[in-house]
Amino acid sequence: MKYEATIGLETHIMQKTASKMFCACKYEYGAAPNTHVCPVCLGYPGALPVMNEKAIELCCKAGLLLGCEINPCSKWDRKNYFYPDMAKNYQITQADEPLCLGGELEVDVDGEMKTFTLERIHQEENAAKNTHVAGASLVDYNRAGTALMEIVSNPCMHSSADALAYLVALKQIMEYGGISDCNPEKGQIRSDVNVSVRPVGQEELGSKVEIKNMNSFAFIQQAIEYEIDRQTDLLEAGGAVVQETRGFDSDRGETFSQRTKENAHDYRYFPEPDLMPVKISAEQVEQWRSELPELPAQRRERYVKELSLPEYDAGVLTADKIISDYFDEIIMKADHPKLVSNLVMGKGMSWMNEIGQAEYLSIMTPAVTGEVVGLVAKKVISNNAMNELVDILVERKGGDPKAIVEEKGMAQVSNDSALEGWADEAIAANPKPVEEYKAGNTASINFLMGQVMKASRGKANPGAVMQVLKQKLDG
Amino acid sequence: MADLHKLTIAELSEKLAAGECTSVEVVNDVLASIDTTDGKVGAYLTIDRNSALEQAKAADGARTAGKELPLLGIPVAIKDLLNVKGQPCTCSSKILEGYTAPYDATVIAKLREAGAVLLGRVNMDEFAMGSSTENAALGKTSNPWNSDHVPGGSSGGSAACVAADEAIAALGSDTGGSIRQPAAFCGCVGVKPTYGRVSRYGLTAFASSLDQIGPLAKTVKDSAILLEVLCGHDKMDSSSIDMEVPAFGRNLSDDTSLAGMKLGLPKEYFVEGMDPEVEKAVRDAVGHCKSLGAEIVDVSLPHSKYAIAVYYIIATAEASANLARFDGIRYGLRIDGKNPLELYGKTRAAGFGAEVKRRVILGTYVLSSGYYDAYYKRAQKVRTLIRNDFTEAFKQCDAILAPVTPTPAYKLGEKTDDPLKMYLDDILTTPVNLAGNCALSLPCGFSSTGLPIGLQIIGDSFAEETILKVGHAYEQTTEWHKQKPGL
Repeated sequence: MKYEATIGLETHIMQKTASKMFCACKYEYGAAPNTHVCPVCLGYPGALPVMNEKAIELCCKAGLLLGCEINPCSKWDRKNYFYPDMAKNYQITQADEPLCLGGELEVDVDGEMKTFTLERIHQEENAAKNTHVAGASLVDYNRAGTALMEIVSNPCMHSSADALAYLVALKQIMEYGGISDCNPEKGQIRSDVNVSVRPVGQEELGSKVEIKNMNSFAFIQQAIEYEIDRQTDLLEAGGAVVQETRGFDSDRGETFSQRTKENAHDYRYFPEPDLMPVKISAEQVEQWRSELPELPAQRRERYVKELSLPEYDAGVLTADKIISDYFDEIIMKADHPKLVSNLVMGKGMSWMNEIGQAEYLSIMTPAVTGEVVGLVAKKVISNNAMNELVDILVERKGGDPKAIVEEKGMAQVSNDSALEGWADEAIAANPKPVEEYKAGNTASINFLMGQVMKASRGKANPGAVMQVLKQKLDG
Repeated sequence: MADLHKLTIAELSEKLAAGECTSVEVVNDVLASIDTTDGKVGAYLTIDRNSALEQAKAADGARTAGKELPLLGIPVAIKDLLNVKGQPCTCSSKILEGYTAPYDATVIAKLREAGAVLLGRVNMDEFAMGSSTENAALGKTSNPWNSDHVPGGSSGGSAACVAADEAIAALGSDTGGSIRQPAAFCGCVGVKPTYGRVSRYGLTAFASSLDQIGPLAKTVKDSAILLEVLCGHDKMDSSSIDMEVPAFGRNLSDDTSLAGMKLGLPKEYFVEGMDPEVEKAVRDAVGHCKSLGAEIVDVSLPHSKYAIAVYYIIATAEASANLARFDGIRYGLRIDGKNPLELYGKTRAAGFGAEVKRRVILGTYVLSSGYYDAYYKRAQKVRTLIRNDFTEAFKQCDAILAPVTPTPAYKLGEKTDDPLKMYLDDILTTPVNLAGNCALSLPCGFSSTGLPIGLQIIGDSFAEETILKVGHAYEQTTEWHKQKPGL
């Protein structure tokens, strides 16, 4: 018998808000423990939650970017469970009336376009961070109550490749939309993965296993693959999959049982009496829609259609929003998109790999890069000299491009008498290629061109050289 | 002694303004009264004498500097579930022993702004769960009229201290009758404002959708003055209503005519088993209102009989979540265990009293998977029917007259073994909390054994002005509120 896997993801994303979900405390990653806390996020007696409107806006905008319907009246619920990471021992979340309903994501999975549908997006508050040390557990409530939204996909994926492509696309959209920085190391994007396996052709889904709270995409991929194999083996051996929650041991690359269905929490959801329902008008939704930023796919299209960049360049440049924003800023100053693209994708990316993106961008600011590109565009320096110039700028951690060009004598030579002299020398010294050219083998001119460039020690303007050579040979 | 502690807010404000006394003298009189009688009454859990006198001194200074504030220099007692920065806030529970509030509740900030002197913290049923102040872990309070009897609850300390002239006024909270019932038992005036009128920020929550803070005072006029200070929108409480607050105190007219006013009499509120003396006192009060010009009409609140059942489902469900935070991790009592679960279990077993445990268990049960629809969801539906009853009734009348309790204050220990019996006493007060509208309790007579009897005046949502007007007219033309217990 053949088996197929079904996968659904519940992805928690920390939104970029100035303050927490229900109080005015700010969130700052890496701050000293328990320094951004107040009676509300510490669950003190008498403290009450007040909704963060920016978080609602970001959650709805995320929904609009993903094609969700915005719920005109959503509500809050309490999810009850005892654990020290939740100060009130209940989490304020949305059970049956989330902010965003439906939605979908079109994703390129190894060259095949697939559409993955969403069930919902709801808003909630984050838990505190527990650290377990010998003989004790420490709780840092700085993260407690920060704005967290949960994007729930339908069980519509069938392989780890599907899930990975979905997550990469989701992360990219959230970054582009300004919804979240989605930094996995900072726990800004975490997923619970649901995996089940059933015989091909069977209508109902197999027993579901949930693997909780994973932030590494690589581990998610590994966990899914392990689970599909484990469940398939079980079924093939005539066994049954137990519905349960499992953890992932990244050292062994295996999942392990944590909690079975019988021991599942009863969260005793009920409507949160301290908060009013969230009402969102159609006008508000349209306002938010009009503020939506350009998404990667739209940007790629613009690069190809309006800037005439090759598809390949457009794909590479838009993969990272920071790079793409950087690129956009340079072309606003310098125009010449293809030249800029060559610089960014060539020298730029190689230096970013070496010294780090932030460092590179702080040296080769859009202004400096624009100036460098301008020098090339105005034919002051050659393409080769441009690369050399970038190297010098990075090595010196900045500087004035023009001054360096002068200092290093990098300006290319376009003046006719010098070029003509070199051209005459090349023609005189190489009769064979000259003959071949005249006989119709036009490619032979490239050899003569190389000779002129060599004679000029790379400073000759190749276009001008070509013109002079042609004039002399054709005339 | 000038007997300043026996005066009302209105009377003292006049004297203070006229320079006939100082706030320090008032506070000293009240402190002396506490020294004399609180051994018998037991209203106070903590009194901060130095702070009270300092606040009084500051108030006197402000007055000399020309300040005029609605409660300037008036000493007020605080129910022990309201957070006052730097003070304990035990909610009469062992689980909050050692906790010091890090912030002021909004109503406390409002009292301070109005110039009031915060006198001390008064006893209550643990986490406001009870009707007799007998479920109190840290003190025992008696009825000032007869120390063998309960003061009512849960704001028993608030009512007792006002009735005993151990405070000029007090703050209480009303979730199912917790202001009105002790006011009735102790012979003072209490107001349960419309839900959303007063910010709950800083009120340790029992049942969030029902809790309201309100005044307990010696007269309707005083209640109106205090209520005016307490009300108003607060951005820290999402359930607080953003609407203008009428000048309840300043606008209260001394005109005693009720001509043109229709007062409803709900047949369902004269329940079986009601004490005949209570029924008579209330019916006499209805007759009195008629004599002041009011038209009396019969109204029906048919779903009132379900109020107790609905109340004890919704209130306990909310309480089970609200009280989950008392876990020994961040503040208050902690009894260590091998793991978090054991720590929670031991702490909560030792920290909560029997009634609190009973309600937390009940609330947990009604929210449990498989029972939610049958209990909580159904209760919410019936709650809507109860609210609709009032909406219908207020189409026919301006306010409703009713008893507050089926009997006068019962004896200490009389009902402690039978919680269900005690729950049933809330039958006349809980419908108002479930519907969210407002009500007032004021003295309308005494039993043959000398215990006060209360009249309840129920108003529509945001109709506090109406019930205050009726109460003020009744009070000005009767003498009940002038009676003092023989302490």
